[in-house]
Amino acid sequence: MKQKSIAVVGAAETTKMGRIPDLSVIGLHADAALNAMKDAGLKPSDIDGVATAGASPTELAHYLGITPTYADGTSVGGCSFMLHVRHAAAAINEGLCRTVLITHGESGRSRVGVGGRFGGGGGSSLNGQFEMPYGPSGPPTMFTIPVLRYLKTYNLSVEDLAWVSVIQREWAAKNPRASFRDPITVDDVLNSPMIAWPFRMLMCCLVTDGGGALILTSADRARDFPQKPVYVLGTGESVETQMVSQMEDFTSSKAFRVSGKKAFAEAGIKHSDVDHLMIYDAFAHLPLYGLEDLGFCKPGEAAAFVKERNTAIGGKLPLNTNGGGLSYMHSGMYGMYALQESVRQMRGIAPAQVPGAKISVCHGVGGMFAASGTIVFSNEKS
Amino acid sequence: MPQRMLPEPTPETRHFWEGCAAGELRLQRCAHCAGKSYFPPRPFCPGCGSREVESYKASGKGVLWSYVINMRPRPDMGTEPYAIAVVQLAEGPRMMTNIVNCPQTPEALQLDMPLKVSFSKQNDTITLPLFEPA
Repeated sequence: MKQKSIAVVGAAETTKMGRIPDLSVIGLHADAALNAMKDAGLKPSDIDGVATAGASPTELAHYLGITPTYADGTSVGGCSFMLHVRHAAAAINEGLCRTVLITHGESGRSRVGVGGRFGGGGGSSLNGQFEMPYGPSGPPTMFTIPVLRYLKTYNLSVEDLAWVSVIQREWAAKNPRASFRDPITVDDVLNSPMIAWPFRMLMCCLVTDGGGALILTSADRARDFPQKPVYVLGTGESVETQMVSQMEDFTSSKAFRVSGKKAFAEAGIKHSDVDHLMIYDAFAHLPLYGLEDLGFCKPGEAAAFVKERNTAIGGKLPLNTNGGGLSYMHSGMYGMYALQESVRQMRGIAPAQVPGAKISVCHGVGGMFAASGTIVFSNEKS
Repeated sequence: MPQRMLPEPTPETRHFWEGCAAGELRLQRCAHCAGKSYFPPRPFCPGCGSREVESYKASGKGVLWSYVINMRPRPDMGTEPYAIAVVQLAEGPRMMTNIVNCPQTPEALQLDMPLKVSFSKQNDTITLPLFEPA
């Protein structure tokens, strides 16, 4: 930690204290946040980093109208906010963001709006009030909701989605550890059971068991380790909304765009520098949104890019070379497996190795387009 | 069939649910941001952070923005496939809903078709704002 490099410029508590039956948990966070912003003379649009425990940083950011490039949801109990300050100091010094808002709110006595944590369950959460009553039953019925609008906007068909599944299965066939390795055709995809119109089973990710882990250290120390080091060249992150119905644009993810732009800028690379790409594919439309929102394709052009085999074996932009969530594995939070494949590719040991790959971009999604993180890896020190 | 999953209003959203029970679709708008409407409800403007906001009765009109048809109905939603839809309201905000008085098929559910609100009373406090072809 660099001494005296970071300062607190706004601080406030909730307007009232003690017994506050007229505000829910997220409302307490927001009330304190608005008071702190007033104290600092800032508006929500001046904040580009959020940190909170107990509530989701995604829900907090969207509720307040903040588009962050830094979101910290570290939740380790009552001292979480000390960790948030420490992480925020590192983040600001590192240029991940400039101004971080750290909030707390608990309806400990009145218990108003308790249970909506991470937009999940409670009937008093925003998801619980404004999405769950209409019958969504998990990601296949939520992550998919924007897609008909995307297809209509760009005059595309369900067949265009099917090509994503078909080409990723080709990659999976080269991976002995992939769950599904048998070749499939567009007809196979379009004839698989309907899950949630327009999505059929083979457009949806697997549900499997597994895990993964990474160990990071400084580049200076990395040379002393037995494996070939894989360097972090750039990073990005953002969150948009924990409610898929409240996405700003149904044809594009704001979290993807903000995260990707930041990662490319930090890495100082052009799109043509990228040798290998991972885009978290919980469903077949994710790689299309990713290719466009990361800037590899213009809006509406990713489907043709995939169909023309640019992302396939031998193509100019190898994508999801493990087979992806659609064919390799998906335990629930697949991002770890996307990172593992990027590291394998950078080490040069992937089962479907991209010859001579030097830069890998690994792009993840969280929730239903709620959050995003992008990591640019390189296997060259300089 | 288990009872339908229903919203539990909070102090910040109660005006919305009371509006539905009274047959009004209520949105909020900011006194500053050129009167811009927003949703879901909160006691300040997500555009500028101002607490000077008001609730008003919206037209209840909109168009079908996007949807899926859930082929595996959630147990509390019955046994037939149903559309989970997002309506683009005339006033600007979008909201999730169900489409009623309309076959739950891709042929009948065309994007951009005009819709109007249709309130569905669930119990003494909760009335859901569903939509039907206008």
